[in-house]
Amino acid sequence: MRVAGFLLLLAGWAIVLSAAALLKPSAARAAFVLAGVGVEALGLVLAVRSYIAPKGDRG
Amino acid sequence: MTEAAGVLCFAMILLVPFASLGLALMNTGLGRSRSAAHAMLTALCIVATAALVFFICGFCWAGATGRAAHSINIAGKLWNWSGAEAPFFGGLPLDGSTPSLVALLQMLSVGLAALIPLGAGTDRWRLAPACVSAAVMAGLTYPLFAHWAWAGGWLAQLGPLYGMGRGYLDAGGAGCIQVIGGLTALCIAWILGPRRGKYGASGMPAAIPGHHTVFVLLSCFLVWLGWCGLNSAGAMLFAGVAPGTCVLIVVNTTLAAGLSALAAAAITRARFGRPDASLCANGWVGGLVASSAGCAFMAPAVAALTGLVAGALVTLSVEWIDLYLGVDDPGGSISVHAVAGVWGLMALGIFGRVPAGQWLAQLTGVATLFGFVFPLTYTSNWLLNRFLPYRVSQEGEWQGMDLHELGAGAYPEFVIHREDFTQR
Repeated sequence: MRVAGFLLLLAGWAIVLSAAALLKPSAARAAFVLAGVGVEALGLVLAVRSYIAPKGDRG
Repeated sequence: MTEAAGVLCFAMILLVPFASLGLALMNTGLGRSRSAAHAMLTALCIVATAALVFFICGFCWAGATGRAAHSINIAGKLWNWSGAEAPFFGGLPLDGSTPSLVALLQMLSVGLAALIPLGAGTDRWRLAPACVSAAVMAGLTYPLFAHWAWAGGWLAQLGPLYGMGRGYLDAGGAGCIQVIGGLTALCIAWILGPRRGKYGASGMPAAIPGHHTVFVLLSCFLVWLGWCGLNSAGAMLFAGVAPGTCVLIVVNTTLAAGLSALAAAAITRARFGRPDASLCANGWVGGLVASSAGCAFMAPAVAALTGLVAGALVTLSVEWIDLYLGVDDPGGSISVHAVAGVWGLMALGIFGRVPAGQWLAQLTGVATLFGFVFPLTYTSNWLLNRFLPYRVSQEGEWQGMDLHELGAGAYPEFVIHREDFTQR
């Protein structure tokens, strides 16, 4: 889950970069950038969840 | 830059070490008394290591606007992705010119960035691995992003090349210094795990209060001074503002910090019945962090509002990270630097006196911090931890970092272990 999270972070960044480089200034470009950030948010959630120890196992 | 502006900028840069001193003192005060000397020594070693590594190779990638750089052609446009300087500041005239001031400011600010993760690793992060981690930041992650944002790199060019406002703006280093430091702090906290005794069998976190509240609150004044210098010098060098704008910058920095601390005091008063000193200090620094990005591009009222929101975000996220994510961050570094830094970057894009489309450039910068810098930082620290274990042994943690790693305590004339009074 952790690896998948970090891969999603990279994938989201790639979407953001592609949108910036390939699309002209428009609502579509903003939407693609937001979509990329959404993918990153998903990756962050996965990475964070992989580190949340079950209660009782912490410490 | 005129000679007078150069002198003012140099004077402002000389204030930056106060920010490092303040953070070191705050991290020490928020940790246990049996690790206090270790925390201060580690801070000193981290600043030294970061400055040395940046001098040796960091500036090669970081570079400065208008100097040699590597570019690639993407869809007919040049993407400037790395500096191309010589090692050891080779070819850089250290004579008060703009590139020399840029190099000096970055050499000091990379130490500040490298200090931030120490707040998350307090009481359990060994000295040598902390220095190696600082070296990785100073030689790899910080210089790359600093070039993109501050030295005419592709993020800074998003405006001219792609019509995103003025391109990614970050006058005082909310992203380059604070978010990079805050995300590294999260990586370090994950890799180290929580302090022993932090989470009980039920999973509920125990409060481990800092050992010196006076240190923590004193450090607020020191970081304030440092931040005024950092924001002013950064705005002149990286955003090209006139020297007279420094007055606006200091006003904005002060208002943001003040409102943020007051918000933290009000929220903790409402939630716990009394204001919490350490959270108020965290709020103060969070306001400073949030002010960094837009200090030169915001009206004072907007800067105050930015600080107010930062104070609320920091106060609530400290508890959330501790309670729900199970991340033990004694210094609150993740909330103070990463959360408030991201908020500051976006507040500039939304509320600042900037052209249309600026928010998209700021969002692209934030996406780069999370999508590139964060995985790179985690991977490099995870690998280092395999070869050079970051965490002190169980015995060392019980004994305290001072005795275990340094052989002497910070307060030898005080009895600091409760166990000594316990009848067996």
